[in-house]
Amino acid sequence: MTALSIIYVILFYAAMIILVAGVANKIMQYIRVPAPLKIAVTPAPLTRGGVAYRFFTEVVLFNSLFRATKWTWIFGWIFHLSLVLAFLRHLRYVISPNSFLWPLVNLEVVQSFGKYAGFAMLFGLTGLLARRIFVDRVRYISSPSDYLMLLLIIAIATSGLLMHYVWHTDIVQLKAFIMGLFLLDWQNLPSDPVLLGHLTLVLFLMMIFPISKLLHAPGLFFAPTRYQLDNPREKRHLSDWGAAIEAKDGRNK
Amino acid sequence: MADYETPQTHEFPVIPTVMEGVMSHSAPFLSNAEFQSDLGFPGDGNLIDGWEDKFKDLLGDKLSKYRSLQVFMDTCVKCGACTDKCHYFLGTGDAKNMPVARQDLLRKVYRRYFTFAGKYFPKLVGAVDLSEAVVDEMYSYYHQCSECRRCAVFCPFGIDTAEVTMAARDILAQIGKGQKYSNQIIAKVHKIGNNLGLPGPALADTLEGLEEDVEDETGVKVRFPLDEKGADILLVTPSADFFAEPHVDGLMGYGKVFHAAGVSWTLSSKASEAANFGLFIGSYEQMRQVSLRIRDAAKELGVKRIIFGECGHAWRVAYNHLNTLAGPWDFLDQSYPIPQHILEFTKDCLDRGILNIDKSQNDDMTLTFHDSCNIARASRIGAEPGSQFTIPRAVIKAVCNNFYDMSADTIHDATFCCGGGGGLLTDDLMELRVKGALPRMEALKNVIADKGVTHMAAICAICKSQFTKVLPYYGMTMDQIVSVHQLVSNAIILDGQGDADEEESDSEEAA
Repeated sequence: MTALSIIYVILFYAAMIILVAGVANKIMQYIRVPAPLKIAVTPAPLTRGGVAYRFFTEVVLFNSLFRATKWTWIFGWIFHLSLVLAFLRHLRYVISPNSFLWPLVNLEVVQSFGKYAGFAMLFGLTGLLARRIFVDRVRYISSPSDYLMLLLIIAIATSGLLMHYVWHTDIVQLKAFIMGLFLLDWQNLPSDPVLLGHLTLVLFLMMIFPISKLLHAPGLFFAPTRYQLDNPREKRHLSDWGAAIEAKDGRNK
Repeated sequence: MADYETPQTHEFPVIPTVMEGVMSHSAPFLSNAEFQSDLGFPGDGNLIDGWEDKFKDLLGDKLSKYRSLQVFMDTCVKCGACTDKCHYFLGTGDAKNMPVARQDLLRKVYRRYFTFAGKYFPKLVGAVDLSEAVVDEMYSYYHQCSECRRCAVFCPFGIDTAEVTMAARDILAQIGKGQKYSNQIIAKVHKIGNNLGLPGPALADTLEGLEEDVEDETGVKVRFPLDEKGADILLVTPSADFFAEPHVDGLMGYGKVFHAAGVSWTLSSKASEAANFGLFIGSYEQMRQVSLRIRDAAKELGVKRIIFGECGHAWRVAYNHLNTLAGPWDFLDQSYPIPQHILEFTKDCLDRGILNIDKSQNDDMTLTFHDSCNIARASRIGAEPGSQFTIPRAVIKAVCNNFYDMSADTIHDATFCCGGGGGLLTDDLMELRVKGALPRMEALKNVIADKGVTHMAAICAICKSQFTKVLPYYGMTMDQIVSVHQLVSNAIILDGQGDADEEESDSEEAA
């Protein structure tokens, strides 16, 4: 194995561990910290099904953002949809042709949409970057990290597109490398600069996920304003520490 | 008036250009040692010794107790969706009145001490060290938030600035920088029973006077009972209802509805206040103490039901938190909602046709309705999600012939705060209150121009007081704000009321 391949094997495992452990750690924290009070933003659903529907409209359609600002919505929604499509297309590099999932991954629609998604992603990201630069309100609230995050993903999308349209890499060898990571049967990684750049940036993105605003992805599901049921009169809501206060003075008896 | 100008209203809303620091001078009076210690807070308006460590400890404590705060500190992506949603930003143009910028005052400290990126790369992620300047800025701008949650409606992640404001205010109070207005009021509730410091005998006098007023007007003896043991219903209402205008006309309305419905009810001198400023200062403990008065009063009086009068944040606390803080309510009649809103009661009476209504009594007015933020976005009235919007309008339409809504993006859950909520209804914040009222005043002026509206009805004591004060700044008159139950009071014809009034329209139930 080449030294380069060994380094990337280590980086891949490190990034995966940081991503999974880091996000799991954050999610555990969000679960562990209690929500002592009912603070649903109303009108709020009365049933669990209603909450699922509320999240569907938020996660899939970005409903609140749509109500807030159409430009950010269109750029943001296109970007995230492209991200999903690009992700689905990339599954071909990690799923064996023998897998029951392969027919799905290999669907023409998944593969071709995934390809064009790269352009849509750049369109969305450029729009978001432009808003950050040119809208005075958004510029004011932006930190260097907010710009860098967009530039990072722009660079990932651009390097991906370059590999598809300009400098091809050895896809077969790449897949062998990736599958080798799963099977602990490590293989060489092609050493094209664009591929290495693409992978390095993706690995970096994975590593900063749990320590950056990318936490909005899991965090979204833990906003009491959105997941709580609107039933405070019907069902008493009491946190452990709230109960402890009560137990101390006994005034709720 | 003062050294600032009332903002211009426009036919269509204008998003101001971001300006730095134009409201940095605005801050409410600090609490002195007396009002701090009344609530168990230290200091006298100055930072206490060792305040930096205390701040970090308190923030850590909040993060471990409030999922909302922990999640909201992490999930903001700075998308900008909230930046043009706050009435204080729209009215002042101050950059730090954009909700995300307001949150960031605490978030940048959170990042510095509680996140990897902020500890090692503070500049990159906009993290800062605690300093007196940072704390002063927090004191100023966390008192330019009325905790109205309009930003939370539009945030893709449901981030609620009110949660951040409450956490920040509580931390500030615990390092010596409490707010005089709210602290003083909460102390009065503990000592006397209500925000206004109206003792029991004065309250009894006032209610007696009210009975006389109603009898003079209608010829009918409508009772306003106080501390009557064995009554079925305990009415808990904001103390402003006892004498402020137009609040008191609303109280007359509740009394007439109860009278016409033939129920027995009472007020309590102990729980003679619906408001709960514990919410505003972000103190679970204070909010609980204030709530428990209602539990104690209900038990002492032996009532079966609790009904709340017209008040926004009071209803938020009552609806969402009374069960949590002062429950369980197993000693009350479980066949009614606990607690119930006066509009739920009145709407039910109207639906059952037991009120004799003459809508023409309100024909001198053309109404619009201001959705109070805490009722629109933080609670519910009625059985269905969103019935907090339909029920007040249905009641207004049942007692008035002329009603028009304001522009759609300023009502329902997109309603604008009156500009005086969240513990800011104090004279030392008059500039902020005038400017923060801009979006609502603009929508009101437009519906006046387009539809000939003459009056705006509200169901919140703070809204009513705030509008009474700021309407004149915008070229309107203070009596253009009315209580919803004032309209009910005008239209209701009690049994035995002067025959001249009983001509044609008997019970009409539009809804």
